[in-house]
Amino acid sequence: MPRKDLLDIASLPREEIELLLDQAKPFKDLFKRSVKKVPALKGKSVLMLFYEPSTRTLSSFEVAAKRLSADVTNFDVPNSSLVKGESVQDTIATLQAMRADYIVVRHKMSGFPGVIAKNTTAAVLNAGDGAHAHPTQALLDAFTVKEVFPEQTGKKVLIAGDILHSRVARTTCEILRKLDVEVGLLAPRTLLPRFPMGENKCFETFDEALAWQPDIVYLLRVQMERQSAQFFPSVREYHRLYGLTDQRLEHLRKEGIYLMHPGPVNRGVEITDSGMDYERSLINQQVENGIATRMSALYHLSPES
Amino acid sequence: MEQLLGPSDITQLLEQLASQLIEKENVHLIGIRSRGDVVAARLADILNLSAPGILDISLYRDDFSHRRESPKLQSTDIPFEVDGAHIILVDDVLFTGRTIRAALDAIHDYGRPASVQLAVLVDRGHRELPIQANFVGHKVETSRADHVRVDLTAGSESVTLTKHS
Repeated sequence: MPRKDLLDIASLPREEIELLLDQAKPFKDLFKRSVKKVPALKGKSVLMLFYEPSTRTLSSFEVAAKRLSADVTNFDVPNSSLVKGESVQDTIATLQAMRADYIVVRHKMSGFPGVIAKNTTAAVLNAGDGAHAHPTQALLDAFTVKEVFPEQTGKKVLIAGDILHSRVARTTCEILRKLDVEVGLLAPRTLLPRFPMGENKCFETFDEALAWQPDIVYLLRVQMERQSAQFFPSVREYHRLYGLTDQRLEHLRKEGIYLMHPGPVNRGVEITDSGMDYERSLINQQVENGIATRMSALYHLSPES
Repeated sequence: MEQLLGPSDITQLLEQLASQLIEKENVHLIGIRSRGDVVAARLADILNLSAPGILDISLYRDDFSHRRESPKLQSTDIPFEVDGAHIILVDDVLFTGRTIRAALDAIHDYGRPASVQLAVLVDRGHRELPIQANFVGHKVETSRADHVRVDLTAGSESVTLTKHS
């Protein structure tokens, strides 16, 4: 049975994950052509429904859908009745009446995309819901890991930063574990989930984490907007303890460790200017891979006819 | 199931087909997946041409909305400049012509060739589009529902026809 929606990574069997990743490669190959567009989704409509601000994920999905020749409509959420107190039920009725073939949703409420998926014939792609999941980010991260390590089993990825609030950490961790990649977590104790996530190793200092000999260091964005809640004392202290300082960057360079980051970066907080120029940084590759994996996801999902 | 051609017939057909492909400057073969690429490789071998291009047309099919499951993609690899090239498109069996229509669209997204010609090992008729091959190895009478299968495993090549009424 073809899959209708992409809501999380937890419910995807490994074979389906591998299919989506494997099939992203032919899409990435298209980017080298002067004509980057293919007619696969000609005449199909994609509705972008972003209740939370996003530039990167939104434009990545938009580029992906357009390169598949789909028609993209951005639902102007901030100015719509959706935030003027329309009930979820009415919103869904509106969406269904628009007869979109695909709906890409981001919402602060965990599970919201799932509710839409259950009540529309459209294929629903979760573009981030609360602290729950961000499956296309996970796919692009896994694809990027497999690009540098085609035999990924047993490789080690250290995820560093605000694990507690990060759906990226949660979902990317999930997909890497499913692909038999070892995951280590580094965070201030205040930013680690109260319960350890699966069998992952947890570290409290960067030195301890580097002694674990990771193959990739994945820095999370410090969510500056949460700084008011005082999860850590100061930006400078965060940088000193959990950021990729120039000294730690030298260690990465010496050991040939790769660097990832979901973007957008805070220079001077989790990473320095020289970190951004690091030759083993995969950050720009992640952006490109985001488009390819989202094309793969759109191509493989099947709206109900 | 009836075997129409065996290994020696097919070797002979490929050689005949190769000899028809006119010598021009800047001629390149492009084989359509799957099996057109194998035919193209055999022809390139006989003609001492550089490695042929391999084209996957899944993203250019005209039946995407009619299928429940998306066809599995394979890589496309065109190791030469399409702009200005004389392309010979190669497939194993020519049937409705829809695959060729898709392949022509795909090739034009790689560049503007000087010309495109079509070479096929077997033409089984029943075209649904105004498409004809420039070079045909073998013509066979079939009914619309019949199944023609080409196997190009080295040493045990065959073309078989399965009748369906």
